[in-house]
Amino acid sequence: MGKVKGKPGPLARRPDNSAFKQQRLPAWTPMLTAHTVLPSFYFMSLICMLLGVWLLLTVQTTKEIKLDYTDAGTCNKCFEKRKNASNAAQPCSCSVVLPIEKPFKGDVFFYYGLRNFHQNLRRYMDSRDDGQMVGRKKNLMNPSSYCIPFAKDQNKIPIAPCGAVANSIFNDSFTLKYHGNNGSPELVPLLRGGITWYTDKNVKFRNPKLDGSTLAQVFNGTGKPPYWHKPVYELDPSDSTNNGFINEDLIVWMREAAFPNFKKLYGVLNRANPPFTKGLPAGNYSIEIQYNFPVQYFRGRKEVVLTTLTWFGGQNHFLPIAYLVTSSLILLIAVVLTVLWWKFGKNGKNMEE
Amino acid sequence: VVLQDNHIKTSKYNIFTFLPINLFEQFQRVANGYFLVLLILQLIPEISSLSWFTTIVPLVLVLLVTAVKDATDDYVSSALYSFSSECSFVLHAKGVCSKFSPIRINADILLLCSSEPYGLCYIETAELDGETNLKVRQALTVTSDLGDITKLMNFDGEVICEPPNNKLDKFTGTLYWRDNKYPLDNDNMLLRGCVLRNTEWCFGMVIFAGLQTKLMQNCGRTTFKRTSIDKLMNTLVLWIFAFLICMGVVLAIGNTVWESWIGRNFQVFLPWDESQRSAVFSGFLAFWSYIIILNTVVPISLYVSVEVLRLGHSYFINWDRKMYHSQTDTAAEARTTTLNEELGQVEFIFSDKTGTLTQNIMVFRKCSIDGRTYGMELSKTACVDFSFNPLCDRRFRFYDSTLVEAIKLEDPAVQEFFRLLALCHTVMPEEKRHLVYQAQSPDEGALVNAARNFGFVFRARTPETITLCEMGQAVTYQLLAILDFNNVRKRMSVIVRNPQGQIKLYSKGADTVIFDRLDPSSEDLMYTTSEHLSEFAGEGLRTLALAYKDLDEDDFEIWMKKLLFASTVIENREDQLGALYEEIEQGLKLLGATAIEDKLQEGVAETIACLNLADIKIWVLTGDKLETAMNIGYSCNMLRDDMNEVFVVSGHTLQEPLLEHILLDVACLCKTVICCRVTPMQKAQVVELVKRHKRAITLAIGDGANDVSMIKTAHIGVGISGQEGTQAVLASDYSFAQFRYLQRLLLVHGRWSYFRMCNFLCYFFYKNFAFTLVHFWYGFFCGFSAQVRILPDLSVFLKDVDDRTSLRYPGLYKPGQQNLLFNKRLFFLCTLQGMGTSFLLFFIPYGAFSVMVKEDQQAFAVTIATSLVIVVSVQIGLDKHYWTAVNHLFIWGSVTVYFAILFAMQSNGMFGILPSNFPFVGTARSCLSEQSVWLVILLTTVVCVVPGLAVSFLRVRHLQQSRKREGPQGQNLRRVRRTSSRRSAYAFSHQQGYGELITSGKNMRASAVSSAHSPGRTPHSSNWIENMLKRKNEVSCISDESGDRAKNRLPSSSTEPELH
Repeated sequence: MGKVKGKPGPLARRPDNSAFKQQRLPAWTPMLTAHTVLPSFYFMSLICMLLGVWLLLTVQTTKEIKLDYTDAGTCNKCFEKRKNASNAAQPCSCSVVLPIEKPFKGDVFFYYGLRNFHQNLRRYMDSRDDGQMVGRKKNLMNPSSYCIPFAKDQNKIPIAPCGAVANSIFNDSFTLKYHGNNGSPELVPLLRGGITWYTDKNVKFRNPKLDGSTLAQVFNGTGKPPYWHKPVYELDPSDSTNNGFINEDLIVWMREAAFPNFKKLYGVLNRANPPFTKGLPAGNYSIEIQYNFPVQYFRGRKEVVLTTLTWFGGQNHFLPIAYLVTSSLILLIAVVLTVLWWKFGKNGKNMEE
Repeated sequence: VVLQDNHIKTSKYNIFTFLPINLFEQFQRVANGYFLVLLILQLIPEISSLSWFTTIVPLVLVLLVTAVKDATDDYVSSALYSFSSECSFVLHAKGVCSKFSPIRINADILLLCSSEPYGLCYIETAELDGETNLKVRQALTVTSDLGDITKLMNFDGEVICEPPNNKLDKFTGTLYWRDNKYPLDNDNMLLRGCVLRNTEWCFGMVIFAGLQTKLMQNCGRTTFKRTSIDKLMNTLVLWIFAFLICMGVVLAIGNTVWESWIGRNFQVFLPWDESQRSAVFSGFLAFWSYIIILNTVVPISLYVSVEVLRLGHSYFINWDRKMYHSQTDTAAEARTTTLNEELGQVEFIFSDKTGTLTQNIMVFRKCSIDGRTYGMELSKTACVDFSFNPLCDRRFRFYDSTLVEAIKLEDPAVQEFFRLLALCHTVMPEEKRHLVYQAQSPDEGALVNAARNFGFVFRARTPETITLCEMGQAVTYQLLAILDFNNVRKRMSVIVRNPQGQIKLYSKGADTVIFDRLDPSSEDLMYTTSEHLSEFAGEGLRTLALAYKDLDEDDFEIWMKKLLFASTVIENREDQLGALYEEIEQGLKLLGATAIEDKLQEGVAETIACLNLADIKIWVLTGDKLETAMNIGYSCNMLRDDMNEVFVVSGHTLQEPLLEHILLDVACLCKTVICCRVTPMQKAQVVELVKRHKRAITLAIGDGANDVSMIKTAHIGVGISGQEGTQAVLASDYSFAQFRYLQRLLLVHGRWSYFRMCNFLCYFFYKNFAFTLVHFWYGFFCGFSAQVRILPDLSVFLKDVDDRTSLRYPGLYKPGQQNLLFNKRLFFLCTLQGMGTSFLLFFIPYGAFSVMVKEDQQAFAVTIATSLVIVVSVQIGLDKHYWTAVNHLFIWGSVTVYFAILFAMQSNGMFGILPSNFPFVGTARSCLSEQSVWLVILLTTVVCVVPGLAVSFLRVRHLQQSRKREGPQGQNLRRVRRTSSRRSAYAFSHQQGYGELITSGKNMRASAVSSAHSPGRTPHSSNWIENMLKRKNEVSCISDESGDRAKNRLPSSSTEPELH
């Protein structure tokens, strides 16, 4: 481990006199003295307090309305119908009423929510094939073994998209109607596009290369997932570019939630035409639901959420309150430390000098 | 006799055995084995929760790095060893031939003949037993005339001897030659490690070579040293492993319960596998999955990081200029890289004496002549100019010109004083280009050399004459008798007839002995001289009193006849001679006293004082005599008269096994322990004893081959390099040129190493727990299904790189060896902090995400990982007291690298290559552009850091206060002036018998002897070797006894020299 002797002469083996080797690097030595620590505590407390207050004020301006429609209103019959798996293919629609007392100003976001649905189980989350969803033809016909038992159907035909995640897609659909002053219900226009991350829509999910053929031809030789009513290339009959793996509802669903209670974006209010140019006016609304998704097996609940957003997200009371609590705790610690320092600090003060 | 190859093999591996042996050794480590098991587990798809390469890549990396390090270590050490054994190739030709003295003997050799008359051969055995005096070995008379090469070629003797053993002072064998049997004993042997002196050449027959030599047999076994932190780490790894199992069990039970209550209902969307027949089985699988996921609590990088940290420290030790000795061009060297932090925990130091504490150089420092002292403190006055004396030794220094003036004024007392020094000794002169003295002890050499410089040059001797050059004039004295030194007499005298025809007796010896035999007329002078002696002793100098006596011609004749008669009797000859000597050494007239400094290595006393302040106990283990050892003890401040706890023990006592415990208990009550007359093996046993029963970290320091065994035994072995011999250095873990560097090695480097290592470990465990337990918490929300996508492999890598190096720079010089910085309690605190952090790290984002718009699992993972990196970086920043450029670089660098890797792993390109392995594509981009995520990160950081900050603030203040209380201790370092009693004695390393050797003329060259051959003396001297041997045993018995006595007297204040 000795140093290679490069230099000749009597002091050949003398170590270099560099600051690094002699451990004499200039150092900044922040001492935890009362003069640095206590003010920084007060400062942190103040910052948290300001942030908390600001966030709280911002949150107050948001509006949010939630409606659990699992068995509400006319959906009760659909709920009962879905209890029986043999009725899965039969359509069922219902509607629920949603009164809005104060207008929702600005952009309004429409979410559907599920409770007690475990999208975060390991085997569930693994049960997908990203290679297939990015449009690799090899994977399209040979889904990954992780997809089992939703890799191939009884006839050994590969499933596209394979896996438990895709198979369990949330397939209720909603139409929001506004019952304005003129009596006749008016359809609330929802933008169903642009609800995914850019990278998801453009990188992570791709259809297989068309090479001149139609989408249906490309998916020829694959089967739809067992719980689906229509194949993946016919998911959105209204928009031909929104089919296949790049269907936005599919993409949103495939982005698995971290917790068993979650909500996912369904659409955004289109504010192009009155009366929705400023958001949702107050009044009575109803939601018509194509009730397909069964939740009674796992004692789940379904809900819709309408909300406006702020710069830091939706109606999130956790952050402002957490900041305020933190602020007061730091303040408490700071005060205790100050008292300690005041009481026992006399000699401490001398020492620092 | 079958000759063993003299090559000593110390390397562990060769090319073919390297891979299997090294791998085997590495997998013996608990951690490596554990990772291997993990790896196997991950190959089972039902369990595998992480992809297999996340474990195998680091494991292979670890194995590779360690293997390369082992290989280089092994290569370097074996290269060094083969170099050292090369110089002994001559020995294969069954002989040693030296034209230059001194030469080092490299095998155990039977002496056949030598350049000196009677096949005598002088050796120094400092390497073997630490004694510095010359010893004599003699060839068998039958072989002593084999000096001629042709005769030697025809030598066909055969030796039957004992098997190789480690007894340095015993040898039994028989030489069969020309149909005769000749018994052999230790006096015919030259052992490996001794140095040939005053002998031009000698021929010998190799008896033992290589590992069979007595020295190597004494070296003890090389054992692999592990630090206590290593052991602690192993224990902790086991604990963590148990903890891991517990977590696994908790989560597995959770999984079972969950599956049977909730998961059962979820089968519509996620049917159970065929293999997963029941909830219990699912729980069983979940257990293994969690073991894999949570394996990062015992991270693979821990061991490698620790090794790298140590390696870095070793380089800092190598690079330290303050441990570089420019005279010998030796830098300190950390020869093992694995023991650094133990340097900060040393409680016991075992030190060799000769060559380690002392330079083995005696210097004539002061004298008292006729009631006047000469000699000043060093550097107060200019050095005396000896240019008036053409024969002076240029290296001699004396700092008092008044003495030279007194000489020039021909002050009779001063002249007589130096005449005595020039006459009364057993030194042999050698005049080639310069006058060189061959003294059997360095003390005597120093005295004669002093006389030489002051103009009383001892030039030549024959058995009957001594020729001096007194102030430029040659004067020849007739040597009538030498009254030799022995340990009981503690003095020696010569009787000479000066050219004027007067007969004079010159005597030098221990002050008490001389003062008892003084003429009443010297009484006044005795009191003054006595005062001076106390003064000298107070400075740690070795003193001798000098006296002379004029003899009456007739009385002398009568006495001489008695002497001749007495020397021929067989029985009680010793006693009779002693009585006769006593008879004539009466009524002496005091001349004065000399003070010799046994030169310590530079800064020894200060170093010892400083180490004592740091509560390190220093034991001196030496093969040398009791008196010498104690003298050194006094001069290096280890012994003082005001000390009540001194323990001096000799080697013979150590042999009794029953005493072990008593010895240890008693010894540990004492501040200072000196073990003398110990063999190398016993040194190791003492170290072993302390190691075993005290559970303390021990350090052994030495320079010679006799220290090898203790250096190997102690937790840390330090070799003093740059002196003669490389044995100790080769066996050591650290080496440097001077004893005083020990202070820096322990108190600076050891401290830093320990400090940083502990900080590092604390931080490491903190980080790991913080990191891993997040998964544990998440288990409660994902049905205990062992889901992890919380970026498992990212942050582990990063954090190790940064703190390892950054921890290397802060450093606080604090002496003190409390091993409190990393123990089990602290480990728990660290892990507790880690758990707390992980709890906050999980639940704050959880709270925020559960009400947030985007509650995507991947975004959640990225948020937690980012908060983790930031929290942990801020934490390390706060733990640092020193921020150097390197710290900044690494901390900021690690955060940067984290983000770089984060974005790289989630880039489109990576996804494009392997879509299923990089499913996080775009998450960071989308997630980190959300303001709310940053709000969460900020909140998490503040909440995680504030409690730690508050605690460390309180702790620092507490420390400051306690440090203030202990503050003034540092001032005590100034050297305390000794108030010790006088320790006057003859040159202790002296051996008796040389007087006889000189008067017999045996050691004179043939030419000299033939001219002065005196038949009358022959019978007297024929058996001098036997006499010498007999007396030697006697001496050791005496010191043994005194050692015992010293032990018994232990609690009382011990002023050892008076014991005799």
